[in-house]
Amino acid sequence: MPLVLTEDEVMLVDAARGFLAKSAPVSALRTLRDSGDTLRYTPSVWSEMAENGFIAPHVPEAEGGLGMGYAAAGLIAEQMGHTLAPTPFLSAAIAAELVVQAGSAELKADLLPKIIAGDLVTGFAFEEGLRHNPAGTAVTFKDGKISGTKKIVLDGVGAKLLIVVAATDNGPGLFLVDPSAAGVTVRPLDLIDSRNAAEIDFADAPATPLGDAGAAKAAIARTLDVARALLAAELLGIADEAFDRTVAYLKERVQFGRPIGSFQALQHRAARLYARLDLTRGAVLKALRALDEGDKAATMLCSLSKGAMSKLAYDVMVEATHMHGGIGVTDELDIGLFYKRVRVAGELFGDAHFHTDRIAIQAFGI
Amino acid sequence: MSELDDFRAETRAWLEANCPQSRRGAFRGFSTFNYWGGRKAEFQDEDQKVWFERMRDKGWTVPEWPVEYGGAGLDKHRAGILQQELRRIQAQPPLQSLGIWMLGPALLHFGTPEQKAEHLPKIARGEIRWAQGYSEPGAGSDLASLSTKGELKDGQWVINGSKIWTTNGDKCDMIFALVRTEPDAPKHQGISFILVDMDQPGVTTKPITLINGDAPFVQTFFDNATAPEGNVVGPRGKGWDVTKYLLGHEREMIGSSMTNSVTETVSSVAKAKLGADGLKADPSLRMAIANHEIESWVLGIAVERLKDMGKAKQFSQFAPSVLKLMGTELNYRRGELLMSISGFDAVNDLFSEPVHSYLHAPANCIAGGSNEVQLNILSKRALGLPEL
Repeated sequence: MPLVLTEDEVMLVDAARGFLAKSAPVSALRTLRDSGDTLRYTPSVWSEMAENGFIAPHVPEAEGGLGMGYAAAGLIAEQMGHTLAPTPFLSAAIAAELVVQAGSAELKADLLPKIIAGDLVTGFAFEEGLRHNPAGTAVTFKDGKISGTKKIVLDGVGAKLLIVVAATDNGPGLFLVDPSAAGVTVRPLDLIDSRNAAEIDFADAPATPLGDAGAAKAAIARTLDVARALLAAELLGIADEAFDRTVAYLKERVQFGRPIGSFQALQHRAARLYARLDLTRGAVLKALRALDEGDKAATMLCSLSKGAMSKLAYDVMVEATHMHGGIGVTDELDIGLFYKRVRVAGELFGDAHFHTDRIAIQAFGI
Repeated sequence: MSELDDFRAETRAWLEANCPQSRRGAFRGFSTFNYWGGRKAEFQDEDQKVWFERMRDKGWTVPEWPVEYGGAGLDKHRAGILQQELRRIQAQPPLQSLGIWMLGPALLHFGTPEQKAEHLPKIARGEIRWAQGYSEPGAGSDLASLSTKGELKDGQWVINGSKIWTTNGDKCDMIFALVRTEPDAPKHQGISFILVDMDQPGVTTKPITLINGDAPFVQTFFDNATAPEGNVVGPRGKGWDVTKYLLGHEREMIGSSMTNSVTETVSSVAKAKLGADGLKADPSLRMAIANHEIESWVLGIAVERLKDMGKAKQFSQFAPSVLKLMGTELNYRRGELLMSISGFDAVNDLFSEPVHSYLHAPANCIAGGSNEVQLNILSKRALGLPEL
C-alpha cells in the first residue's frame, strides 16, 4: 500500500475528527480531571465511539471485527491525539490484539464482540519496573493463581477484565483475571496526563490462561508492536495540534511592537519542527501499513515510529511551551495538557532511548 | 499477464543482457565513475561506453521524455517499473547530467518549441554538458542581488560579469545563466534565464580549490560573451520563475540523493573498523551512530512517501526545502561520524574517503540555496509567519 491515504481512510479521518470535536474536545478532558471522577473517561462517549466503529477497527472480519486494518486504528488514534480524547482506546486495541493472536475460537467468540462494542473495558497488566521492560517478569503464575505487583495498568480502574502477563515454567504466559476476585487490589494512580491507570497487587488471585504459553510470547511481541504504532500515531496527532496552536500564537502575539512570529530566531525554530514533522509522519504510516501487510520489517518499523515520534513530540512540546512564554506554563492554557500527555504516551511501551537501543541491536547489529 | 507485466519481463531480460557487470553495484556518488557526457567527454572504460550507448539508444537516459526529444515516452507506470528493475540489479546511472535533472524539466515546462527541439535531444544523448550559472561573488543565496548584465545589441545578447561555484564548469559546453537584462526593474524582476555557449572567446573559467583538495567548482567570467536573442527561456525579465521551478528539482535531488548515494551504512563501516567490542567500549559513539541510522531511515521513508504522493497527484510544494534541509544536515553528521570511526587513520590523509566527504558535506548545506534560505521558505510560505 502506498504511503498516502485511501479514499476510505480520508473519510474515516473526517468522521473521527468530527465526532471528537463534538464529543471529546480538549475541554472535556479538563472537565473530567477537575470533576474528581476516578474513571477518567465518559462511558457515554465510549459507547458512541463503538457505535461509530472506532473501537479496535483492526479486528479481522473473520473474527467478527470490521477488518479495517491497523492503519485505520492508527488514524483514529492520531485524531484522538488532536483533542486529547480520554478513552480506553489503546487498552481495547491491545486486548483485541491479544485475544486475536492467542485466544481459542471460543474465547474469541466470547470476548471480541464485547470489546468492540465497548462493553468490556480491559486492563493490560504488563509493566513491573520503573521503565518499559518487555523482558523482565517477576509476577508468577502457579497452580491457577497469580502473585506479584504490576505497575501502571492503563484503564485498570473500573476495568471488567485484566489481562496479566506472568512467568510460568514455560516462559511468559497470558492470563485472564477478574479484578473483583479475592486477592486483587487495584490502587488508582494519579498520572500527570489525568488518564485512567492503576497499580495492581495480585496475592494468589485466581487466573485462567489466555492461550498456551508458547503462543503467549509471540502474541505479546505482536501486541507491543501494535501498541507502539498506535501510540506513535497518537503522538503525531498531539505534536501536529500543539505545533499548529503554537504557529497561530506566533502570528498573533505582539512584542516589541510586532508579532513574535516575525522574528527570524523563532521562525527558524518553527520551520525546523515543521520539517521534522513532515518527515516523520511517513514513518508512522509506514509502520501501520507494515502491520497490515504482514511485513517482516513491521517490528522494527513500529519501534522506529514510536521512538522517533516520542523524541519529536517531546521536542515539539518544549518549543511550544517556550514559544508561548509565561502563559505556556499556566494550567489555564491547553498546551500544558498536551505536554503532560506527550510525556506519558512517550514513556509507554518504550521511549526514544529504549527504541534507539533496540533498533541499534536488532536492525543494525551494533 | 498484463501489459505492465510484459513490460517488466522484457525490461528485466534486456537489462540482464545489456548492463555490464562492472556497471552494477552500490551507487558511487556523483563521481567520474559515471559518465557525464558533453563535447569534451571521454569514456573511462569500454563498459562505461557500452552501457551509456545502449541506454541512450533505448531513450532510457530520460525514459519519461517524449521520443522526439530523445526519450522513450514512458508513462509513469512503465518508468516506475524501469526504475525498480534498474535498482534490482543496482545498475549505475548511464548518464549523469544537470541537463537531465534541472535544465530539461525547465525547458519542458517553459521552453519554446524551437528551444525544446534544439536542446532536449542533445541532453538526452549526452552530447552537450550543461553548467549552472546562478551564484555570483556578491550574490549567493541572495540571488536577487546578482549583477551579471545582458544587453541586447543587433539581435544578440552581450553578457558581462561573473558567476561563481559553477560545478565542473571547465568540463561543460553550455551554461544556463541568470542575467540582469532590465536594469531598472525591481530586484526580483528584470532577470532573464539565458542559455550561453561556453565555447567562445568571451567565456573563461578559473578553478576554485577546496579544503578537501578537490576543485569541482570554477569561477566563470563573461567578457562581452554573446548569445542569440532567442536563447532566453521563459519570458524576458521573468528568469526568477524559471529558476524557482528548477531549484525545486535541484533541492529535491540534493535531499533525496543523501538517502541513496550512500554506499555503506555508518554502522557497517563502524563494525568493520572497530569491531563489535570496540563499539561497545564506546557507548556514546554507538548511540550517535544508532541515532544517525534512525534519522537516515526516517528520511528514506519520507522520500518513499513523497514518491507515492507524486503518483497519487498529491504534490507537496515544500518537500524540496524539507528534503534539502534535513538531507544535507544528515549527510554532514554522517561525515563527522565516519571521521570519528576512522579516528587517527582519517586525519592522516586528506584524500581518504572519510576526510573527503567530511570536508565536502558543508558545501551541500550551502549549495542549492543555503539551509537558512530553506528555513525562510518554510517559515514564510509553509507556515505563513509574518515578515519583520
